Amino acid sequence: MTGEITGVILMFLIAVVLAYPLGKYIAKVFKGERTFTDLMNPVERFFYRICGINPGEGMNWKQFLKAMLTINMLWLVYAFVLLVFQDKLPLNPDGNPAQTPDLAFNTAISFLVNCDLQHYSGESGVTYLTQLFVMNFLMFVSAATGIAALIGVLNGLREKTTQNLGNFWVIFTKAITRVLLPLCIIGAVLLAINGTPASYDGKDSITTLQGDSVQVSRGPAAGMIAIKHIGTNGGGWFGANSAHPLENPNYFTNALEMIMQMIIPIAMIFALGFFLNKRKWSVVIFGVMTIGMLCLLIPTMVTEVNGNPAIAKMGISQATGAMEGKEVRFGPAASAYWSIMTTIISTGSVNSMHDSSMPVSGLMQMLGMMINAFYGGCGVGILNYLIYIIIAVFISGLMVGRTPEFMGHKVEAREVKIAALVTLLSAFLVKAFTALAAYMVARHPETGWAVQPGNWLNNPSYHGFSEMLYENTSANANNGSGFEGLGDNNIFWNVTTGFVLVLARFIPIIGPVAIIGLLAAKKFVPESPGTLKTDSWTFGMMTFAVIIVINALSFFPALALGPIAEYFSLR
Amino acid sequence: MKKNLSISARLTLVMILLLAVIYPLLIAAVGKLTPGKGKGETISVNGKVVGYERIGQKFTADIYFQGRPSAVDYNAAGSAGSNKGPSNPGYLQLVQNRIDSFLAHNPGVTKEQIPSDLVTASGSGLDPHISPDAARIQIKRVASSRGISMQKVTELVQAHIVQPVFGPAYVHVLKLNVALDEIKH
Repeated sequence: MTGEITGVILMFLIAVVLAYPLGKYIAKVFKGERTFTDLMNPVERFFYRICGINPGEGMNWKQFLKAMLTINMLWLVYAFVLLVFQDKLPLNPDGNPAQTPDLAFNTAISFLVNCDLQHYSGESGVTYLTQLFVMNFLMFVSAATGIAALIGVLNGLREKTTQNLGNFWVIFTKAITRVLLPLCIIGAVLLAINGTPASYDGKDSITTLQGDSVQVSRGPAAGMIAIKHIGTNGGGWFGANSAHPLENPNYFTNALEMIMQMIIPIAMIFALGFFLNKRKWSVVIFGVMTIGMLCLLIPTMVTEVNGNPAIAKMGISQATGAMEGKEVRFGPAASAYWSIMTTIISTGSVNSMHDSSMPVSGLMQMLGMMINAFYGGCGVGILNYLIYIIIAVFISGLMVGRTPEFMGHKVEAREVKIAALVTLLSAFLVKAFTALAAYMVARHPETGWAVQPGNWLNNPSYHGFSEMLYENTSANANNGSGFEGLGDNNIFWNVTTGFVLVLARFIPIIGPVAIIGLLAAKKFVPESPGTLKTDSWTFGMMTFAVIIVINALSFFPALALGPIAEYFSLR
Repeated sequence: MKKNLSISARLTLVMILLLAVIYPLLIAAVGKLTPGKGKGETISVNGKVVGYERIGQKFTADIYFQGRPSAVDYNAAGSAGSNKGPSNPGYLQLVQNRIDSFLAHNPGVTKEQIPSDLVTASGSGLDPHISPDAARIQIKRVASSRGISMQKVTELVQAHIVQPVFGPAYVHVLKLNVALDEIKH
């Protein structure tokens, strides 16, 4: 077990050590300084020319958001059409059927918003064409959208007073050509070397040693699995995601995929420091987020390593921990670590089945998604954290009786209202839709949907409630992992989570961009002895306290009905 | 709006070409140079493919080492875990049944010796490995049902235990069983 714990610590340290220079590099790229990837310049200029983009043109926050939302809308229509007609399109060697309109609606939105809630299984629900042209494509562009939104915000914070957040098209293109694609090529090659399939051959049929006839699903998976992690998307090529032995063949690839999903979120924190020339601030943010991460991680690792108390009562040996839903080659420590990282970072890929995790782990996974800002997703993690900062600034301002300021601009009613709305929205979406689902299960179990509400839950009692709570929490956090026992491929779940996904993606992007757009246009107030120092450790702890208070008030009652109740029933 | 739409459409086409066509083809080309040619590595006996190296398979006969329970019955056309929660009474009964059935097939084994990975389903339903304890505990059954010496089987198991630097130790069930079949000849 010591080796396994060391492995986990190493995975974390390597990611941080790699993220630091990457953050420095990302800051340089978006500040327009010289980097070694300037060799991409001609390619990008060619792209701008054929697309009619004027790279020199700046955008104010409204123009920036309009550009972003227009192209996102286009992708939604494109993805929906492809999924509905996938059976008639080429590259379908396994002869998989089309998606129903409600499933296609959910799938298209889900990948568009960087969530990848999958209400289908990769082996049977999509074709190679849609895997590559919808999933793999949207994984890149949604991650680039998140990065672009953050860079726009940073552009607003960098100047004393400005209307200009930069050119969305240029930032978006560079996020792909300079950051995502090069990292993915490295990752995908390493995966292919370790045995992840990359060819376009369809399913194989074989006879096993014992004489059974089975099939083996394959396909050009390695590239998609790379961007799935680099872009913190999380949608698997195969149904079992990164628990599948072709998607995640060994301990090395497990560490690789883990580092790939951590590297950009953490690099973004450092990039913020280099970009704004406020290194101390980024160290404080990284510190607060890491403390938060450890608070969730340690209890999870301890309970998974100790095993299931109900199975311990049967008198067998649990030397390798709680093994239901886990793979032997990863073991409980690396699986527990993954389950927390993937939920706090908003990746949502899994290397063990969260539905079979211990109650404490389920609680921590859900908390990670509810907070959604300990590192957080590609670009959007920091945007979520920014909302908490604005609220912390406001509360601190009230405590000392001064008009609060943030980065040299007065924070007034309008900005605080936007921040409050964004925070309250997630609590509302998660609880309202879970309540609605619970109502359907309890009162209308025989409604004639593809899966009747009475058959939604794979587990009875508290754990069944957790399945519904987890699904909505995951949709709201744009995470994409699930308590997969839930029978979610029916019109109720496809449509309700579809709406949760869209609102929970774009409002937390629009909110911070608007706040910073409004702030940046205001007069610059020079720092004085009375200014609240947002880059101090004191303020960092204040933000941490705000995060705890907001989320405890919002979610504790719901969690008490699910994982907390299950924990006490299992002791 | 119109300008945004026109840029969006053109930029989307460019990105589709780059990300959905060129990128996967590039990786597929690199995959061709790897041992499995990007199609997945296979294991053959006498020139006949008997399985994929990464994918576990079902063994029910007493003469073979058995792998873990699987929610998809080891058919890799799909993949899934059981998604059973830790407190689910039906699930706990299922685990109890697996323990009882294992004890019936392995006389002389006490239940304290049964490692949990042998009675719990894996995450993918295709786990190709078991823990070293899970292999050791089956030695006696396999040896007696094949009529070969315990010592020989023990040596074979010992040779198949892999201990990576950081990850947990494991035994590849299919490789072990292939080696076992070779003893006879």
